[in-house]
Amino acid sequence: MNSPARDDYAVHTVMLNLWYGTFQALFDINLDVKKGIITSLIGPSGCGKSTYLRSVNRINERLGYVRTEGTIEVLGKNILDANVEILQVRKQIGMVFQRPNPLPLSIRDNILFGHNIHMRGQKSSKFDREDVVESALRRVLLWDKVKDRLQRKATELSLEEQQKLCIARLLPVKPAVLLMDEPCSALDPKGTEAVEELIWELRGDFTILIVTHNMAQARRASEECIFMLMGKVIEHGATEEVFLTPRQSETADYIEGRYG
Amino acid sequence: MFAATELNQRDKNTQTLFRMGFMLVTALLILPVLLILATLVYKGGSIISAEFLFGDPTNGMREGGIFPALYGTVWLVAVALLVSVPLGVAAAVYLSEYAGDNWFTRVINLAIINLAGVPSIVHALFGVGAFVLFFGIGTSILAASLTLAIMTLPVVIVATRESLQAVPREFREACWNMGATRWQTIRRVVLPNAVSGILTGVILEVSRTTGETAPIMFTGAAFFLPFLPESVFDQTMALSLHLYVITTQVPGVPEALPFGVALVLIGMVLLMNSFSIALRMWLRGRKKW
Repeated sequence: MNSPARDDYAVHTVMLNLWYGTFQALFDINLDVKKGIITSLIGPSGCGKSTYLRSVNRINERLGYVRTEGTIEVLGKNILDANVEILQVRKQIGMVFQRPNPLPLSIRDNILFGHNIHMRGQKSSKFDREDVVESALRRVLLWDKVKDRLQRKATELSLEEQQKLCIARLLPVKPAVLLMDEPCSALDPKGTEAVEELIWELRGDFTILIVTHNMAQARRASEECIFMLMGKVIEHGATEEVFLTPRQSETADYIEGRYG
Repeated sequence: MFAATELNQRDKNTQTLFRMGFMLVTALLILPVLLILATLVYKGGSIISAEFLFGDPTNGMREGGIFPALYGTVWLVAVALLVSVPLGVAAAVYLSEYAGDNWFTRVINLAIINLAGVPSIVHALFGVGAFVLFFGIGTSILAASLTLAIMTLPVVIVATRESLQAVPREFREACWNMGATRWQTIRRVVLPNAVSGILTGVILEVSRTTGETAPIMFTGAAFFLPFLPESVFDQTMALSLHLYVITTQVPGVPEALPFGVALVLIGMVLLMNSFSIALRMWLRGRKKW
């Protein structure tokens, strides 16, 4: 491990540059995301916030034409190192998407999917599995609603419940970081509120990095806030400060709705 | 206001004309099928009996039953399926899930399309050259079934690939994002959701395999055999070849006999198809999306 100060950071990014083909999407990103809190990423479309988020569990690479320079240390380990196992990266760093994407399996099997893949070899009796399902669903406040229909298709749930399920299925493998890419943008206001509440509940146990287009959401549901523009980090601070007393004029302009 | 103009009326008439026209053409498509079935039942229905199905041919195949041929066809189709389904599904999984779009896969795709277009008699000759002679299997059920399998592989590959591609990409991404390997993704999510489509390919294959004559007549099916095959290395009689033989090679066969054989052949295909369709419907009901 490194110096004590760096232990407070879950994601420590140094001089990250990223290109899609010849187009540079991220410029010299230096970011420290604190452990156990919710950090929101805001900025106008195309500012690189999603690109950054997707670099943290390396799913950008799937596109094939992406080139990355710099380091992203997650819990003290550079995930861009050659000897890093990408399957472990994806296990430790869970991701939630804009549109809920439950698997075409039952509710129960959705929860157990990651568990069955990553916890193989360790003794896991049927009883254990039931525990895993129950505690994951309880954690996302879904247990009481679905406990009687665990064998039903996950796609029958409402979008809000599906999104909660997508969060729940990450939990059994005990990820350190949860990345959320506009997790509420497909939901109605009530669903948004419920999922936001849930995310707020989860902080402390997980480091949560959330991309959002919704300024109000960033403000009420995050503790730190990062403002990005044109592939660069403009401002990063406590959410209240970023919103009330932004240090940069670009931040102020964006927050006041002058562009975006 | 809102009253139909003359132009509206004309457009509507044209619309009706085309709708009726298309319907008529569609109805015409069913006609040959019905006519064939009706002819077969009319001319050969009377001969169908337990004795016919389970008896041996007698009097130089002019009388008696067709059991050895029926039995042989079941063998041929079963062995062909055992070979072509695993091979075809594996190839389709590779092409759809692993391989990228490069010159190698394009060549393979071209080969598959061409393989589908090769006349069955050419497959027969290939079967003789490759399986019977080169690999030294001899004329046998195995050689005939391998030939049939090669012939129907494209159908299985194409149907499987299409049904794999019909599984939404999001499901795969959801799996990958949880740290599942490609194989775990395929086995747990993609294949279970593609089974019904794969079965469609198998149905097509069964129908085609059951009826083919050319690929088996040089490779394993016999004109007449006084005994049943005991292993895949024996020769066998087959329904399709039997039908060919009694209609063209044996003089003095009563008219009802070949029609009866054809009826059994078609009945077999229909029976297997309806079984697969039922299975497919059951599987679709279990689909989780």
